[in-house]
Amino acid sequence: MAETLQNLLLGFSTALSPTNFFYAFMGCLIGTMVGVLPGVGPLAGISLLLPTTFGLNPTAGLILLCGVYYGAMYGGSTTSILMRIPGEAASVMTCIDGYAMAQKGRAGPALSIAAIGSYAAGTISVVGLMFLAPPLARFALRFGPPEYFSLLVLGLLVLGYMTGGSLAKNLAMIVLGLLFGMIGIDHMTGYFRFSYGVVALGDGIGVVPVAVGLFGIAEILATAGNPMRPEVLKPKLKDLLPSRQEFRDSVAPIGRGTILGFLIGIIPGSAHVISTFVSYAVERRVSKHPDRFGKGAIEGVAGPESANNAASCGALVPMLALGVPTGPIPAVLLAALMVHGINPGPLFIKEQPVIFWGLIASMYVGNVVLLLLNLPLVSIFVNFLRIPYGILYPIILMFCVVGVYAVNSSYVDVVIMSMMGVIGYVLRKLDFETAPIVLGVVLASIIEMSLRQSLAMSNGKYSIFYERPISAVFLAGALVMIVIALIPLVRKGIDYGWRRDLTQAEKEK
Amino acid sequence: MTLDRVSGIGLLLLAVFVAVERRVLPLGTHSNPGPGYLPLFLAAFLAVLAVILIVRGKLSPLWKSVEWPEKFHALAIIGCCFFAAFAVEPLGYRVTIILILGFLFGVLERMKVWWALTLAFALSWGSFWVFDHFLKVPLPRGGLGF
Repeated sequence: MAETLQNLLLGFSTALSPTNFFYAFMGCLIGTMVGVLPGVGPLAGISLLLPTTFGLNPTAGLILLCGVYYGAMYGGSTTSILMRIPGEAASVMTCIDGYAMAQKGRAGPALSIAAIGSYAAGTISVVGLMFLAPPLARFALRFGPPEYFSLLVLGLLVLGYMTGGSLAKNLAMIVLGLLFGMIGIDHMTGYFRFSYGVVALGDGIGVVPVAVGLFGIAEILATAGNPMRPEVLKPKLKDLLPSRQEFRDSVAPIGRGTILGFLIGIIPGSAHVISTFVSYAVERRVSKHPDRFGKGAIEGVAGPESANNAASCGALVPMLALGVPTGPIPAVLLAALMVHGINPGPLFIKEQPVIFWGLIASMYVGNVVLLLLNLPLVSIFVNFLRIPYGILYPIILMFCVVGVYAVNSSYVDVVIMSMMGVIGYVLRKLDFETAPIVLGVVLASIIEMSLRQSLAMSNGKYSIFYERPISAVFLAGALVMIVIALIPLVRKGIDYGWRRDLTQAEKEK
Repeated sequence: MTLDRVSGIGLLLLAVFVAVERRVLPLGTHSNPGPGYLPLFLAAFLAVLAVILIVRGKLSPLWKSVEWPEKFHALAIIGCCFFAAFAVEPLGYRVTIILILGFLFGVLERMKVWWALTLAFALSWGSFWVFDHFLKVPLPRGGLGF
């Protein structure tokens, strides 16, 4: 405990330095804008900002990008409440009761409860991250290549199941991502794979052009030319305060949303989206008046908004402690660290205490900044929604081009981004989820290396994966996952309600 | 033909393509896997998933039911992306972005010419200043030097 507090002090001394505080503030500000603007999700936002962190020290870079991540969770609620358009997928559930409250003239309290809930959840879950990540990292020191391989297999299967929609389609997208990740020089033998003489492909396909193409360009392609957006409600500052009853009704949902969100956040998949469904369902179930849900119940805003913020924090636990991203956003954050020559993994917290504890402390600071930004400045952020989409999308396109080009100063990356945009657009039309592709690209080299090293260690015997206890536990988990996923295939029509809801919400978004 | 079956066929063709292209890469042995080992395994797994989609795809929506109302916008935008990729180095960042934004604002979104050009110039020069001067991210200047 004393060691943790000492480390936290070190973190605060790092996070409160003028430079790092500035980047935390900028990250929160940009993240809020990213969350407010429909069509620019946190993944595209973080990917586009990645090149701007190359000139920064790794601590400032990570603080900036993480600020965008949890800032987007705050900002996403604004469009949900005021326009019934989720700024990003994790705000879908907020649309239901948030917009209903806005129609009754209670937009202000809905926005402030969303901000207060996000603040409380964000702050409490950082405590969880602070206490959970270091022991998990110490445990992971026992991992060798077989354990990593089994863990990644389990993680990818869970991702395939938790993403919503068809498991076969999600697995196909993971495989597609892994195949994209195979492009370039094989690090163990020096062979060029699938690069067709293009020298720039020697280093492989970067995560930034893939993420920006699949999430930035594909979104523009799918939405440009759509009719105008609906009118935006504009709340006044004096109307923001919730009543005493609304505040009392929100306390327990915020607490439950925080715990649920953090725990679900650790699991691979669209954790921040799933956590909002689970939270909403729980709130409706425990409510004495479930009939109020859908008609403007404040609990329907407080729970999901707290859950998505807590989940974004929980998702950082496996990334920082194990070096294993559980979703596309942590994958890009991981790439940002690797650009600076830092490999997150079990030794990361021990070897880079300034970065880890600086990030933790910056999240405490960032949550305060976000609360101060989101409540008084909500009417300013709302003005972004008044920009006609015909002006907005060319600007987003310009940022996509400059952001992707700047990573390697290579036009090939812009070509890859364009191709990924087309692939993402067509895959959307074919009802595929594209997030697993990004994770596949990032994990391809780690999964291949651990497989080949494991087989070399065991002289070609696959038994190494189930003879080592930790690896066997992961594989048993993977087996359980497969059985759970097969149940709806065998017993037709049986699937879990939350998965149906998740699929539906991602389509609506 | 249903959506899932179209997808399944596409993925099956991709799996076959990967398997064929992999032939130039050594497979290695189980104890010393080569660079073609995992790609072949992934191609085989992708083929299995593709077959599952084809077999179970009977009930998915029809391919014809997919609407493409934004197809002309999408084609123009994707054309702009490829143009940006191939023009950014010879023409420079600012000229390329002016041309793209001018086209999108003026032609695709039918804004008034003076407004489209003003926006295109301001955004092109502004973003160049932010990235190149302020954030120190070098952007190409092209053959004309700007």
